[in-house]
Amino acid sequence: MSITVIYTILSLSALGVAAAIILYFVAQKFKVIEDPRIDEVEGMLPGANCGGCGFPGCRGFAEAMVKADDISNLNCPVSDATGMTAIATYLGHTANITEPQVAVVRCNGTCEFRPKVNHYDGAGSCAISAALYSGDTGCSYGCLGEGDCVAVCKFDAMYMDPVTGLPVIIEENCVACGACVKACPKDIIELRNVGKKSRRIFVSCVNKDKGGVAKKSCEVACIGCSKCFNVCPFEAITMANNLAYIDYNKCKLCRKCVEVCPTNAIHEINFPPRKPANVADITGGAKAEEKNA
Amino acid sequence: MLKTFKKGGVHPAENKLSAHAPIVTAELPKVAIIPMGQHIGAPASPLVQKGDEVKVGQLIAQSSGFVSANIHASVSGKVLKIDNAMDASGFSRQAVHITVDGDEWIDIIDRSPEIVKEIKATPEEIIKKVQEAGIVGLGGATFPSHIKLSVPPGKKAEVLLINGVECEPYLTADHRLMLEKGEEVLIGTKLLMMALGVTKAYVGIENNKPDAIGHLRDIAAAYDGIDIVPLKVKYPQGGEKQLIKAVINREVPSGALPIDVGAVVHNVGTAFAVYEAVQKNKPLFERVVTVTGKSVKNPSNFLVRIGTPTSQLIEAAGGVPEDTGKIVSGGPMMGKALKSLDVPIAKGSSGVLLFQDAEAGRRPVEPCIRCGKCVSVCPMGLEPYLLMTYSDKKMWEEAEHERTMDCIECGSCMYTCPADRPLLDYIRLGKSTVGNIIRTRKQ
Amino acid sequence: MDRLLHVAPSPHIAGEYSVKKIMFGVILALLPAFATSIYYFGMGALIVTLTAIISCVAFEYLIQKFILKTTPKISDGSAILTGLLLAFNVPSNLPIGIIIIGALVSIGIGKLSFGGLGQNPFNPALVGRVFLLISFPVQMTSWPVPKGFATGYADAITGATPLALVKEGVGNGEKISEMIGIPQHMELFYGHMGGSMGEVSAIALLLGFAFMLYRKIITWHIPVFLIGTIFAFTGILNLTNPEKFADPLFHILTGGVMLGAIFMATDMVTSPMNPKGMAVFAIGIGIITVLIRIFGAYPEGISFAILIMNAFVPIINRYIKPKRFGEEVKNGK
Repeated sequence: MSITVIYTILSLSALGVAAAIILYFVAQKFKVIEDPRIDEVEGMLPGANCGGCGFPGCRGFAEAMVKADDISNLNCPVSDATGMTAIATYLGHTANITEPQVAVVRCNGTCEFRPKVNHYDGAGSCAISAALYSGDTGCSYGCLGEGDCVAVCKFDAMYMDPVTGLPVIIEENCVACGACVKACPKDIIELRNVGKKSRRIFVSCVNKDKGGVAKKSCEVACIGCSKCFNVCPFEAITMANNLAYIDYNKCKLCRKCVEVCPTNAIHEINFPPRKPANVADITGGAKAEEKNA
Repeated sequence: MLKTFKKGGVHPAENKLSAHAPIVTAELPKVAIIPMGQHIGAPASPLVQKGDEVKVGQLIAQSSGFVSANIHASVSGKVLKIDNAMDASGFSRQAVHITVDGDEWIDIIDRSPEIVKEIKATPEEIIKKVQEAGIVGLGGATFPSHIKLSVPPGKKAEVLLINGVECEPYLTADHRLMLEKGEEVLIGTKLLMMALGVTKAYVGIENNKPDAIGHLRDIAAAYDGIDIVPLKVKYPQGGEKQLIKAVINREVPSGALPIDVGAVVHNVGTAFAVYEAVQKNKPLFERVVTVTGKSVKNPSNFLVRIGTPTSQLIEAAGGVPEDTGKIVSGGPMMGKALKSLDVPIAKGSSGVLLFQDAEAGRRPVEPCIRCGKCVSVCPMGLEPYLLMTYSDKKMWEEAEHERTMDCIECGSCMYTCPADRPLLDYIRLGKSTVGNIIRTRKQ
Repeated sequence: MDRLLHVAPSPHIAGEYSVKKIMFGVILALLPAFATSIYYFGMGALIVTLTAIISCVAFEYLIQKFILKTTPKISDGSAILTGLLLAFNVPSNLPIGIIIIGALVSIGIGKLSFGGLGQNPFNPALVGRVFLLISFPVQMTSWPVPKGFATGYADAITGATPLALVKEGVGNGEKISEMIGIPQHMELFYGHMGGSMGEVSAIALLLGFAFMLYRKIITWHIPVFLIGTIFAFTGILNLTNPEKFADPLFHILTGGVMLGAIFMATDMVTSPMNPKGMAVFAIGIGIITVLIRIFGAYPEGISFAILIMNAFVPIINRYIKPKRFGEEVKNGK
């Protein structure tokens, strides 16, 4: 009995030693020498693997950072300025600090403003709906409401509002990785600078139809009237294809355009509420415009 | 044993409600909306301007590329505007709107009812006339026909197949055409044979149209080299590759064209249009359209001018039934659901199908139970469940490797799926994405 | 018209199949076997079956509702089918408590832990059965002797299965032709033998097979290849030494071969997706079954064989592809 035990212990130990020796040599043979800085840089990155930088995951980005001689065009949208500066300093570069950005949804075509004209019954994907036809509302540019953007968001920064049928961005969570921008087949979502005190002004519409057509399909569409273009003192607004666009680098947040827009297509975010008198002015003005039109 | 293709296929309820309704000429519309993109390829570019007077048969838009086709006025009157209009594709695209005034045809069209049997044209002239007449595949694919007739150098056409299968349920336009215009169809076939330089043609007809088979057989006795081939009823036999397999038992390899196995396939409607273009000088501006549905009062077959609004045809068939839940342009398996009733009839519209509310919506999607029915019905031998997963997970390389580009979008997989999964929706998405990837790679 | 029209990509019609119809079709196909098991094993069969079905459905509902927090979907019939198949794979005198444990393992571990219907790699009913076989070997191998309606439940007289008799006999060096208590082939065909309650009657199971073929629920590939493989393999062995290896007909009619081939191996979720793959899968099961029966420790091995081949299904699906259209180029014919 005891001999069996001894044999067992001996043979198993021998087996273990042999395996260890083999493993040692194999490990030596197939050793991959990797720059240790890659691990360091990866540790400094947020580790979200969102792909917002254009590389496959944070490790891919870390490798690119370490290998690159010039890191000015490498940027992790999820890291803040201090994070990127820390990495740049570690690698002996100067950081390329970009203005922090956030995603905005440029469509306000809720069920109320933009009534449905048919019932989409295909697979629940914007990409499929967009390939099939121009959408279940009269507007062929607006949000399709199937939530491809929400599905790709890795930061829980988006949800579909069940009442409006539109995606909503939770600003605190949004890291501007741009995944939703790529996912949207209608190019509705845009990354814009966060702006001073997180205040932003943008045209919440991408409809390129002529004014009448746009207005007919959606009450809050940009009708290309150029009123905002004319009123803007900073030349931040451009008009193209019956559509106004506000350049966030030039916009000084004066809100004049918001006041003149006849369809309330221009949105202001995170501003303190206006004085009541002003509000009446705006809505009254908008109504007068409608009558004139 | 009747001939058919071997792999896969389904047999949906045929519902050929309008099989006994003779072709009726539809009334002229008040305003004809003629889309510029009625064919596969580049849209035609308009030659007319707002305010121009046009006659029936007049060229109003010129083919704008190698794969493109001419478009002719289908009505006479004044050009109202050239503006975007919703077409059957579901998108607003350029169209010529013509206010109808009378019915004045251009002079060269032979409007006499006699059948011109004698063929005077040379092969080159036939191809030229087909091209000028703007003829495209009228089975629904709308591929410009003259391209199929011009055999590329190094390849040889051996046999012409005329597709009278009409495997889509409900549709009867081709069936009625074969019954009422059988002689013309066969003359058209003869013209196509001459253009291709082949001596053998087969007209494939599914066995659920015994009257058409009998009728064409009687006439074909007088035509050398044209055989009528009855086929077993099975969808998608009207698919080009499936028809070739069924009739002459050759398989078109992946990525190749029918001409690579020596075959050229044309629809019976196309053959009829070729007859009219060559023998009667009549360009393609009208076609037979089936208007049908279980609740439709008078399921009918109309001879319709291109540009007639769908709503007018439905009125002529007894109006939109109260319980309509979905309107499809084309057949139930491959047709496009219409977003609005103002959509005009185009060259590729073979039918207008009105679904009752109860059958309009899709059933709720359930989890895949891996039954493999999609695999067993796929006529291309693909694995739809896998292609859908790859497409859903954005695994494009794998999808390409599993031959997603071979899919002919016949819909058999989705038709048969017990869990009602949107297989074809995702496969189409995969096809377009993989197609783009392949194109970028080639550049 | 004030209603909104539906718009969806083609196709716009759907066939008659649905998950529910398939599940209830299989359940219907199992009814002849259920009837014979009641005929042979009496009340016990009824008690076992009802317990298994009720507990499977209940576990499916409870786990989906309270643990997975999803909307319970018991109406598709898949839990009923799992319960029925589990019952068919156990002796008809199995204590109720053990059946409930088997149902919990089948549904909880075999099915829902993988994500529910369609996601499970192993046949849930077999997972439950094998779990019970290993955990409660005594109860799971005391087979009531078929006595017709007279058979009681807990007090049933038990005996060995023909396979166990042969195995034991051969193990003791006896000759098959001299063994006593081995049923005749016709008895086996009708199901007059000891065994799991649903597996005994070949004719009832074949009736179900015919029904499923007629309704196009399954294809013929798996059952035919599986039974054919066992027949061929045991036939060869039988030719080498008929006194040591039983004849092939005996092998396909005893034990769970019929039930396994027709109802367990053909489970859609856990079998390959195309005929070629199905053939490989079925031949694999056949070979492993015979190996276990002849050379293994257990007298019957089809449950293990099916579970082992279940594990190979993803690989089979990956490497054995259906023949694509256009692969055979026929030029100039």
